[in-house]
Amino acid sequence: MAGKGIADYVRGTQVWKSIFRHGPPENARNRAAVVAGNVFLHLHPIKLKKSGVQLGYTWCMGGLTFFIFLALTVTGVLLMFYYRPTAEYAYNDIIALKEHVPLGIMREIHRWGAHAMVITVWLHMFRVFMTGSYKPPREFNWGVGVILLVLTLLLSFTGYLLPWDQLAIWAITVGSNMAKATPFMGHGGPGAALAQIGDFVMVSDKNDVRFQLLAGRFVGEPALLRFYILHCVFIPCIVAVLIAIHFWRIRKDGGISAPL
Amino acid sequence: MKEIINWMAEPIRSFPTFAILFFLMLKHYKTVGTKKFAYISLAVFFPAICWFCADPNFIKIILWPDNIPINILIITITFFTWLTLYKCAENDNRIEAGQLPLEALPENREKVWSWPNLVYTELFMIIACTIFLIVWAIIFKAPLEEPANPTWAPNPAKAPWYFLGLQEMLVYFDPWMAGVVLPVIILVGLILIPYIDTNPKGNGYYTFAERKMAITGFMFGWLVLWIYLIIVGTFLRGPNWTFYGPFEFWDFHKVEPMYNVNLSEYFWIKIFNTPMPTSLILREIPGIIITVIYLLMIPPIIGATKFGKKIIEKSGQIRFYIFVMLVLGMTSLPIKMILRWLFDLKYIIALPEWELNL
Repeated sequence: MAGKGIADYVRGTQVWKSIFRHGPPENARNRAAVVAGNVFLHLHPIKLKKSGVQLGYTWCMGGLTFFIFLALTVTGVLLMFYYRPTAEYAYNDIIALKEHVPLGIMREIHRWGAHAMVITVWLHMFRVFMTGSYKPPREFNWGVGVILLVLTLLLSFTGYLLPWDQLAIWAITVGSNMAKATPFMGHGGPGAALAQIGDFVMVSDKNDVRFQLLAGRFVGEPALLRFYILHCVFIPCIVAVLIAIHFWRIRKDGGISAPL
Repeated sequence: MKEIINWMAEPIRSFPTFAILFFLMLKHYKTVGTKKFAYISLAVFFPAICWFCADPNFIKIILWPDNIPINILIITITFFTWLTLYKCAENDNRIEAGQLPLEALPENREKVWSWPNLVYTELFMIIACTIFLIVWAIIFKAPLEEPANPTWAPNPAKAPWYFLGLQEMLVYFDPWMAGVVLPVIILVGLILIPYIDTNPKGNGYYTFAERKMAITGFMFGWLVLWIYLIIVGTFLRGPNWTFYGPFEFWDFHKVEPMYNVNLSEYFWIKIFNTPMPTSLILREIPGIIITVIYLLMIPPIIGATKFGKKIIEKSGQIRFYIFVMLVLGMTSLPIKMILRWLFDLKYIIALPEWELNL
């Protein structure tokens, strides 16, 4: 045992070997095995062009967006333990979170992380545009990315309502009033007045897109529940599927872009 | 000095200034994209910003917790815009000298192991990002205002900051345009970029010279329209969505004269000096004609020019017309802004009877 450190001892145990079935990543064979054999790392190719690992080229913004998404999922799940999406409890639960958890920063990380994710996803798009990485064969993946960007904004927007304070309901009121003006589908939009048969109004404030969004004519308790479900379950599920497609297609389209 | 900046910040002056600076920046991107330029601007702007921050009205709006992300956005976008111009200038100089762009050099095309090259970079960035978020979370508490009260609206009631560009557009367009049609055009336009831009060059490396039009168009929409409007909507719009300079106190009693006039009123009353016709279509016929010309006549006119013919030849009729329609959608915003400032024009087509104001 002389000359062997504790790390080497741990690496030699049956438990370690059962988890990591390759030796230390010091030679080519093991470096390939560590990436290919690990469920998380196998998102990466085993080898990639040197230009694709340079921070000056990629800015790492796509990777950071994904990391922040994961961080938001973790902090979001923790916050869900303390939060009830009803007009009666929502605000008080957040007060309680503030007062009963000394030094708690989960809500802060969740809120600032959400803002940071919007910034990183915009910068990611900027970088991808500037390196021409949307060009063939990556056209489809650019489209997936644009939809992911929109979903990021919608995630942030639906989360905005949940604290149920003045900032929340009036920001959502301003935002959702835009939906009222959707042509043909909102009661305050152009064309809505045309959808009328005799006295029967087809598009009214009781059935237009804003009503579908808010489950009501104003931002009230049904809207809170609806935004809660959209924020915590519905949109994250779609985002998860699209992220899988996005990553899969990066690999299938030849990895991080490089000169042809 | 502060009064000059307040005066300059008003969109009527700051928007053209910003747009001109933007085009100057792209024209001289090789000068902007140097380390020397970055250091000099830092040396000029850093003291200036420190001096700005000494002003109580300025610091109040800057340090409002929900505005911190926009400060970070401005700083990061400035940096990355410079970085991308730096990279473009570097490669374009090489291409001009007959060399390969940096990314295409054999040593950069060489394949390296993901472990440790890529994995360690990612780990470092994740740790840096985590520390950044934790520090931010400790310094700035997540704001919580008074409980929701549907009977009392705060003034100004603002959307989340990333939608403030759209809310700022409400100054110039009705909600059906600013909140629905223009965002849809932006999204469809973004998704269609790869199918419209048939230029095979600049795939996988930074270059400006080889794709001038694509980059200019994208960066104009992104920086001059989207980011600029967000900054105005966040920092310079106070109660009643009235303009307030960066050093101005948000006085609720500030009154702005509003005498915006519709095109039809200009046409019938000011030019022909007759009462407005009662028929809606006849009343709005000047605006309808202008809109039809804008949407249906301008594309073929551009297509007939030398510039248009070149694009049609390269990428085909369908791509060309989709491209022109998207650009016309984008330029409708600056056009409407300029018409508002020059002629106090409210609507080109004003049909409040049908909720159709343009």
